[in-house]
Amino acid sequence: MYTNQFSYHRVNTVQEAISLLQKNPDARLLAGGHSLIPAMKLRLSDPSALVDISRVAELKGIRQRGNTLVIGAMTTHSEIEDSALLKQLCPLLPEVAHIIGDPAVRNRGTLGGSLAHADPAADYPASMLALGASMKIVGSNGDRVVDADNFFTGMFATAIGSGEILTEIHVPVKTAGVGMAYETMMHPASRYAIVGVAAMVRMSGGVCQEARVGMTGAGHHAMRLSGLEAAVTGKPLDAATLSAACKSLVRPADLLGDHFASADYRAHLVDVYAQRALAAAAGKA
Amino acid sequence: MAEVTKMIGKAIKRREDPRLIQGRGNYVDDIKLPGMTYAAVVRSPYAHAKIKGIDVSRALAHPGVLAVYVGEDMLDINPLPAAWQAGGVKNVAVTPRALAVGKVTHVGDGVALVIAEDRYTARDAVDLVEVEYEPLPAVVDARKATEPGAPLVHEAAANNICMEWECGDAARTSAAIASAEVVVKEEIINQRLIPTPMETRGSLARYDVATGEFTVWMTSQAPHVMRLLLTAFVFGIPETRLRCIAPNVGGGFGQKIFCYADMAFTMWASRKLGRPVKYIEDRSENYKTSTHGRDHVTEVELAGTRDGKVTGLRVKTWANLGGYFSTIAAGIPTTLYGRILTGVYKIPAAHCKVWGTYTNTALVDAYRGAGRPEASYLIERMMDRFAAEIGMDPAEVRRRNYIQPQDFPYDNGLGLLTYDSGNYEPALNKALQMVDYQNFRHEQAEARKQGRYLGLGLSSYVEICGVAPSAWIGAAGQGWGAGLFESANVRVHLTGKVVVTTGSLPHGQGVETTFAQILADELGVPYEDVTIEWGDTLAAPFGYGTYGSRSLAVGGMAMHRSAQKIKEKAKIIAAHMLEAAPEDMVFENGRAFVKGSPDKAKTLAEIALQASLAYSLPQGTEPFLDETTYYDPPNCTFPFGTHIAIVEVDPATGKVDLKRYVGVDDVGNIINPLIVEGQLHGGIAQGVAQALYEHGFYDDEGQLLSGTMLEYAIPTAAMLPWYELEHTVTPSPVNPMGVKGAGEAGTIGSAQAVMNAVIDALSHLGVKHMQMPATPERVWRTIQSSKQAAD
Amino acid sequence: MADKVRIRMTVNGLEQRGEVEPRMLLVHYLRETLGLTGTHIGCDTSQCGACVVHVDGQAVKSCTLFAVQADGSSVTTIEGLVKDGQYHPVQEGFWEKHGLQCGFCTPGMIMAAADLLNKNSNPTDAEIRHALEGNLCRCTGYQNIVLAVQYAAAKMRGEPVTGAAD
Repeated sequence: MYTNQFSYHRVNTVQEAISLLQKNPDARLLAGGHSLIPAMKLRLSDPSALVDISRVAELKGIRQRGNTLVIGAMTTHSEIEDSALLKQLCPLLPEVAHIIGDPAVRNRGTLGGSLAHADPAADYPASMLALGASMKIVGSNGDRVVDADNFFTGMFATAIGSGEILTEIHVPVKTAGVGMAYETMMHPASRYAIVGVAAMVRMSGGVCQEARVGMTGAGHHAMRLSGLEAAVTGKPLDAATLSAACKSLVRPADLLGDHFASADYRAHLVDVYAQRALAAAAGKA
Repeated sequence: MAEVTKMIGKAIKRREDPRLIQGRGNYVDDIKLPGMTYAAVVRSPYAHAKIKGIDVSRALAHPGVLAVYVGEDMLDINPLPAAWQAGGVKNVAVTPRALAVGKVTHVGDGVALVIAEDRYTARDAVDLVEVEYEPLPAVVDARKATEPGAPLVHEAAANNICMEWECGDAARTSAAIASAEVVVKEEIINQRLIPTPMETRGSLARYDVATGEFTVWMTSQAPHVMRLLLTAFVFGIPETRLRCIAPNVGGGFGQKIFCYADMAFTMWASRKLGRPVKYIEDRSENYKTSTHGRDHVTEVELAGTRDGKVTGLRVKTWANLGGYFSTIAAGIPTTLYGRILTGVYKIPAAHCKVWGTYTNTALVDAYRGAGRPEASYLIERMMDRFAAEIGMDPAEVRRRNYIQPQDFPYDNGLGLLTYDSGNYEPALNKALQMVDYQNFRHEQAEARKQGRYLGLGLSSYVEICGVAPSAWIGAAGQGWGAGLFESANVRVHLTGKVVVTTGSLPHGQGVETTFAQILADELGVPYEDVTIEWGDTLAAPFGYGTYGSRSLAVGGMAMHRSAQKIKEKAKIIAAHMLEAAPEDMVFENGRAFVKGSPDKAKTLAEIALQASLAYSLPQGTEPFLDETTYYDPPNCTFPFGTHIAIVEVDPATGKVDLKRYVGVDDVGNIINPLIVEGQLHGGIAQGVAQALYEHGFYDDEGQLLSGTMLEYAIPTAAMLPWYELEHTVTPSPVNPMGVKGAGEAGTIGSAQAVMNAVIDALSHLGVKHMQMPATPERVWRTIQSSKQAAD
Repeated sequence: MADKVRIRMTVNGLEQRGEVEPRMLLVHYLRETLGLTGTHIGCDTSQCGACVVHVDGQAVKSCTLFAVQADGSSVTTIEGLVKDGQYHPVQEGFWEKHGLQCGFCTPGMIMAAADLLNKNSNPTDAEIRHALEGNLCRCTGYQNIVLAVQYAAAKMRGEPVTGAAD
C-alpha cells in the first residue's frame, strides 16, 4: 500500500522529460499511473525518480491528419471512449476503451501509458495490431515511427528504448467496407483479458478483401494471427468459413497459463474469440 | 389522543445511514489519538519454515522507527485462546501467538513487529528486517494432510489431526446404505473462500500509564468477548482493565468475530512504549492472514428407494483449519455443519464424521453461514444426484422427503435442538410458480435442440438462526463450553427518552434501526425517542456479539423482555399515581391506565418523570425505569426457503450466465422488510459468488495464488443478477415476536441453487457433478470430458 | 531522501496548501493530513473503489494517485457532496433505497455514481452496473445500489420519486 521513496519531477515538454530520463536512467515516466502506481504500492517496482508527463500539452488530444488519426500518448481511456471523432473514424478504439478497468481508471489511465507498459493482458495492443497502428517514439536522437507489429517485443517489453518517449499513436481512418470488433473474456477479478481478439476486415461483395487480427491476453505479448488472416482473405466470412479457419490458431506451449485459465484453455479461447471477433467485424462492415 | 404509529413491519429507511452517506462514519482507521504510533508486520513469505534468526538492527536504525519486536519479546503474554473445546473428542488446539516463535505455519505468519512514527516509515522498516528461514515442506489440502508422510504442521497434532468428531447413528446408517435400492456417491469439495469485508481488520490500542488500563478500538463483531479473551486468557489481567470499542465496522461476515494477533501485539506494544499503537491490515495482508472460510473435502453417500425416498446419508468430511486453531474454528465444521446435514428432509438414518486438520494455510473459521452453507450445499447437491439417478424430477424428490408441518418440533437425530417450525412445500411451490417451472422445462428442451444449454437449479434449505441456547451450546460435548445469551439494558430517562444498550452490534445489519422499531412499539413511544447504544464494553453489561444470525432472535428479544419489565414497573408506578391497584392496570401504546378507563392514563414520559424524581413512589419501588435482561432463548430458530437459479452455459467457452434468481424465504415475522430484503440480497450474492467466482487458492507450496483483489474475484455489480424475492411467514414459537433471523439465510440457500442449475444445463451430456466454482475453464472441461465419454 | 514537494489544491471548496513526500497517496493526504476520513481504503490494488473522489470533476481512485499529481486541482470528497444542508440526490437515493449496509464502500460508491449521472442523466440498469464495476460492495449484492442510482437519476431529471416507506 505504501511505495518506496522517490523524487518527483513534473515536466511541461517532451524535451524536458527526455533530458531528465537521460540524467537519471533509473527514472520512470509517470503517465496516468494506473499500471505503475499499483506495482509500486506492492513494491514490485521501485524507481528512484518519477517524471510526470501527464500534463505535457503536446502529448494530449485526438486529431485527424489526412487519412491518419493522431492520438497523443497522454490521451486518457475516457477521452478515447467519448471521442466523437474516433467513434466515427475508428470505432474500435472507443469500444475497447469502454471495457478497460472501470470509469475511475479510465479517467486517469492513458493510451500511451498502457501501450508503453505492454502488459500481456492489456486490451489495447490487440486492437493496435488489428488496426495497423503505428507509434511515434521520440528520443534525444530524434524521432521514429514503429509499426504495431514491431512495437510489442515481449512481456512488458516494447520497441521504446531507454531515454525515449512514446508520443503519438497513429491509426488509419476507417475506409469504406471496413468493419472492426473486439471480443474478449475478462478475468473476473483483475478485469484484464484472459484472451482478447481484435479484428479488422475490409469486405467487398460479401468477400473479405483484407483481414487483420490481433490477439492479447493469452501469450507473452500481443501478436497478429497472420495465418488466420490469410485463411479468411478472399472468402465470405460466413459461419462455415470462420469455423473452419479458427481451429488451433495458437499452440498452448506458446501461451501463458494460471489456475484460472490454463494455456490449453486459452488456446481454445483464441479460436472461439477470433471467430467471434471476425464475425462481429464482418457484421459491422 | 392520536394512535402511535406502529413501526414493526414497516420498511423504514435506516437510522444508521445519514452519517455513513456523508462520510461521517467512524471506523477504526479514522481514529487518531495524540502520540499515536503505527505498526507494520514482517510476514513470512514461506508457508512452512523454521525461523533461524532475525536481525532487526537495520530496521531499528531507520529514522522514525521506535521499536522492532520479535516473538520471543512477547513471551510474557499467552497464545490466543481456543474457545471451542469439545468434551469427549480429541482436540489438539494449537493457537497462534502475537508473533510466531521458532517457526511459521503459513504464508503471512507474523514474525516481527515494527513500530514507527508514521505508516510509510513502518512499512519501509519492514523491508529492513532480515529474517533467516529454513523452509520446510508444506501441505495445503485437508485430507492429504492426514496421509502418512505428510509434513507435520504441529508436533502436538499427529497426522495433522486437530480433532475428530462425529454425530448421528453409524450402525443404522451403514445398514440403511447396505440395504438400499439406490446409493449415490460423490466427492464434494466446498472450496476455501476469503470473507472480504470491505474494511480490512485492525486494532488501535492505548495503554494508560497512569491507571494501567487499556482501551482497544477494534474491527470486531464481539467486543465483549474480545475483552474477556484478551484479559483472562492472553494477558492474565483483570477483565476490568480493558475497554473494547467496536465503532463503525465495515462488514464482518464472520471474519471479525475472532481474537487476532494484532489485538494482542498492539496492546503489548502500547504498554511497552506508553503510546497508542495502531495496526491496520492492507488488503493483501487480510487475504493472507485473517481467517478464511469453508474448505471441506467430503465423501458422501446417499441411499434411497426407486420411488424417491431418501433412506440414509453418510458423510465423511475433512475440514481444513489452517496453520493454527482460530478462536472457534472447530465448532464450524461440527456443531454448525454435521448436526444439520439432513436439511429439510426426513432421513431416517444419518451419520457424519469430521476430521479437522492443520495445514500450511491461513486459519479457517466462521464465514457467513459457517457450516450451514457447507451442509446445505452437500445435501442439496446430493438430492439432485439422487433425482438424476432414479430419473425423477428434482422438485418431486424434494417434495417426497420434506419434513411435514405436523412433524414440528422436529428432531433430526443429529444432536441438534428441535427444528422450531416450518412448512417447506409452500415455499417450493411459490418458487416454482415464479419461474413457471413446467414452461421452463419446455424451453430447456427446445434450447437444447438449438445447441443452447439452459439449466435450472433448486435449493431447499433450512438453517440455524439465533445461535444461542447456553444449555445446549455450552453443554459438555458441544464445544463452546460457554453461554451465548445476550444482554440488553433499557432505561427511560426522566424526559421520556429511551436509551437501550445492547451486546449485539450492527456492522451492516441495520439492527440499530430494527431494535428502535421494536422498542418504539413495545413502549409506545415515538421511534425518534429511542436511542440504541452498542459496540462498547462500557455501555452494555455484557454481550456475546453479532454473528450466527442472532442479533434479532437473541439480542432483540433481550430488549423486548427488558421492555416488558419496564412496562410492569410503569404500571406499578402509574397505579400509585392514579391511586389504583397495580393488578387493575394495563399498558397500551405508551400509556398506563386502569382497565376500562383509558381516558385517565399516565404516559410513559409522565411515569418516567415520576420514577426519576422519586419523591412519591409506591412502597418498595426503586426509582428510575431501568431494566436489564440476560436473555437466553430456549432454542435456536430455523428459517427456511427454496431458491431457484436459471443459467445459460456458453458451450464454446464454458462461461455461465446467471439469467434469473428467485428466492422464497421464510424468516418468521419481519420487523423491517427493507432490511430483510437487503440481508437476503447480500447473502445470495455471496453464495452466487462461491458458485461462480471465488476461490481462495493455494498452490502445493502453500503460496496463496489468490492473494490480492487482482486474483480473488469479488463480484462486481455487472456479475450479479436481479434478485426476485418472495416470502412465506411461519412464525417461530421460540420467542414472543415470532422472529427467526435473516443474516445468513441468503448465503446458505444460494450456492447450490446455482451449481445445480449449471449441472442441470449439462445434464443431457451426462454430467452429474462438478466442483465449485464453476469457472469457465472448469465448465468447459466438464463439457469436453463428457463429450469424449459419449464418443 | 526525497525532498518534500509543495502542493496546493482546493478540497471541497477550501484551498489547502502543504508539503508532502512525493510518495504520499492522495487518499492519505485527504485522510491523514486533512482529516477527511470519509474516503476509505479497501484494497491495495486499485480494485475496490472505496477511495473514489472527484478530481477536477472526474471520478478517480485516490489510492492510485499521488497527492502531488493533484497539485493545482479541485478535489471533491464525500464530505463535500452536501450542498446548503441538502443531500446530493445520490446520497438521498442510497438512504431511501437501502443502498448501503456497513457503509464502508458507500462514499466511493456514491462518488462513482455521481460521476456517472454527470455524464448520463438516464442510465439503464446495465449502464449503472457497468459504471460501478470499479466499486466493490460486499454487503448489498448491488440491487439496491442500482435502485438508489435510478432514484437519484429520476430526481435529478425532476421526475417524481418513491422513497423507502412510501
